[in-house]
Amino acid sequence: MLSFSVPLGKLVRRLSRLRGGGSAFPGLVVEKIAPGFMQRTLASLPHGVAVVSGTNGKTTTTKMVVELLESQGLKVFTNRSGSNFTRGVAASLLGDVDWRGRLDADIAVLELDEAHAVHFVNKVQPRYSLLLNVLRDQLDRFGEIDKTARLLEHIASKTTDTVVLNREDPRVARIATVVNSLDAVHHPAIRYFGLDESLRSTFPNDDEMRTGSGPSPSGTSVAAAPGEAVDLPAADVVLRRVGAQDADFEFDGETVSTAMKLRGVYNIFNAAAALSLTRAILGTGPVDTPKLVKALGEVAPAFGRGESLTVDGQPLELVLVKNPSGFRLGLKSFPAGGYATMIAINDNYADGRDMSWLWDVEFDSLRENGVEVLTGVRAYDMALRLQYDDVRFGVVEPDITAALRTFIDGSRGKPKRVFCTYTSMLAIRRELAKITIVEVVS
Amino acid sequence: MTSETQPKPETQPSPETQPSKGTIRVLQLYPKEMNIYGDWGNALVLQQRIKWHGYTPELLEYNVGDEFPEDIDIVVGGGGQDSGQLVIQDDLQAQAPHLRRMADDGAPMLVICGLYQLFGKFFKTSTGPVIPGIGILDVETHGTDERLIGNVIMKSTEFGDILGYENHSGQTTLGPGVEPLGTVTKGAGNNSKDGHEGARYNNVVASYLHGSLLPKNPAIADFLIRTAAERKFGSFVPGEPDDDFARLAREHAARRPR
Ligand SMILES: [Zn+2]
Repeated sequence: MLSFSVPLGKLVRRLSRLRGGGSAFPGLVVEKIAPGFMQRTLASLPHGVAVVSGTNGKTTTTKMVVELLESQGLKVFTNRSGSNFTRGVAASLLGDVDWRGRLDADIAVLELDEAHAVHFVNKVQPRYSLLLNVLRDQLDRFGEIDKTARLLEHIASKTTDTVVLNREDPRVARIATVVNSLDAVHHPAIRYFGLDESLRSTFPNDDEMRTGSGPSPSGTSVAAAPGEAVDLPAADVVLRRVGAQDADFEFDGETVSTAMKLRGVYNIFNAAAALSLTRAILGTGPVDTPKLVKALGEVAPAFGRGESLTVDGQPLELVLVKNPSGFRLGLKSFPAGGYATMIAINDNYADGRDMSWLWDVEFDSLRENGVEVLTGVRAYDMALRLQYDDVRFGVVEPDITAALRTFIDGSRGKPKRVFCTYTSMLAIRRELAKITIVEVVS
Repeated sequence: MTSETQPKPETQPSPETQPSKGTIRVLQLYPKEMNIYGDWGNALVLQQRIKWHGYTPELLEYNVGDEFPEDIDIVVGGGGQDSGQLVIQDDLQAQAPHLRRMADDGAPMLVICGLYQLFGKFFKTSTGPVIPGIGILDVETHGTDERLIGNVIMKSTEFGDILGYENHSGQTTLGPGVEPLGTVTKGAGNNSKDGHEGARYNNVVASYLHGSLLPKNPAIADFLIRTAAERKFGSFVPGEPDDDFARLAREHAARRPR
């Protein structure tokens, strides 16, 4: 069966690529004609499967884990095309298996959307899982964040070897209780990644997003009264310091400094997450720490995650904003001074249709410099939002192509930054590809 | 550009240039627990529009265990997760007589989603337990497994078209003691059956819509402010807020799919 279905699936994949079709269709075909293809193929990998899930930073973190493992000589399969659902994984597999259906890899590191991850782990039990955060994102899809936390709990409970948790996110840290209540045989180990106390104030927590005193640190758990000290578990990797172009990480009782290509404190925090998962996967085997640290410093951001392009000899940065905490962290990590700013807000299905999240972000940091251009389907919602925060803005143009032209023409000789939702980012990249070099996303 | 006329971005008239017409005190109910889905936007809009109308806003918070502040002119409360509703439950019961007196007396209030439900008689959850409300509104809510999610447009005789976004699994039905806020033309509203959205009692406005509600529905914000000013100062002298972007945001939102 397999000997026919895999070539057929690969053929379908090629054909659907030629047609410019979606990435999941071939996955659907092979699932139909060879049920269990994905399970069998992934089960054959010597280091099994690692799943990365959570609201923010999955793509960049997965990319980091892949590059860290590769620095240690492992062959890694990953679902690069952003097809972070079961059929997407099957489709990516078809691209990488040989004509006999064999995958030449030591491990699969997969980025999975919370809701899809639940289905995936029912089919393929991951050996490792990394759970990053639970934030308000696309509540119109998942309903409530507490529900999203339960999806992550399910992933953790299906994990066989090690679960890596963000100890700073109370909803994620609490998953440990669920894991520990499983029977001893199926009980995976738990590792945490964490933040230095001095950095906690840069990570606002959704529960305390808006109180009179402004965002407060996420280190205080929702259950703890304000001011009450919270006992945090010891972390495997702690992000100690973030500099302009470097960072300090602590693990094995030592602090390691490294240059960082990644920008934005939340990306760098996810580097601590990636390090911890990598260390769990490498286990007791030999670790080449200098190579590991070097690889960490060289990880470039995934597309749209603080990615920098060149337009008219000036940098143009794309900052993906998907939810209030992501937007607030983006504003905090990329100060407005010296930059021309554009904001692009769409409300397509992949962006989330609910616009209420814009009201959970404070835009004070843009007040001094103002915003040059507002665009996207919901450009006027963004305009209204800025009006109520007393932030000046120039042109409001829902059409992204026209807006981008206005933005580039109007801010010549100046570095530019675009805060954009997912589908508006895709549109902007398409437009930019016409005038500059944009990394092709396969 | 389409045929829309693009307003010139201007800053609003500065309140400092003219003497204040008086202070209006706005109380946010439980902003720590009930703040999901942009509820801060409603408080911010009240604060800014009070200023733009030439009055001085004072924004206060009431959280679990706080002392309830005196001389409140407008009360605004938002939604929360089920867990947030559980946390505030007992405290809200303790404040109920006070809030009920204010509502009966004509104080303007806006309650959204979770607090709308708790301002009603009860919320019977889908798993069984009944969360008692404070009965200011003659409504009851029953938890369901169906989540009503999406863009909403409704017609209101009082405020014209009201636009927002709903996301709730509790379904609310109105008793004879309240009027609906409006009748939906897109979306579900209070429940999946009768086409009503929200509730009105005295000067209390209750709704499932966030979005946030007030930015794109300045008529409701101004109703709350006008009522507060009239009760406090005997009259309301409006300013001239610039609502061009609110109008354009409404036009674009109205064309979006559910
Ligand atoms: Zn709601």
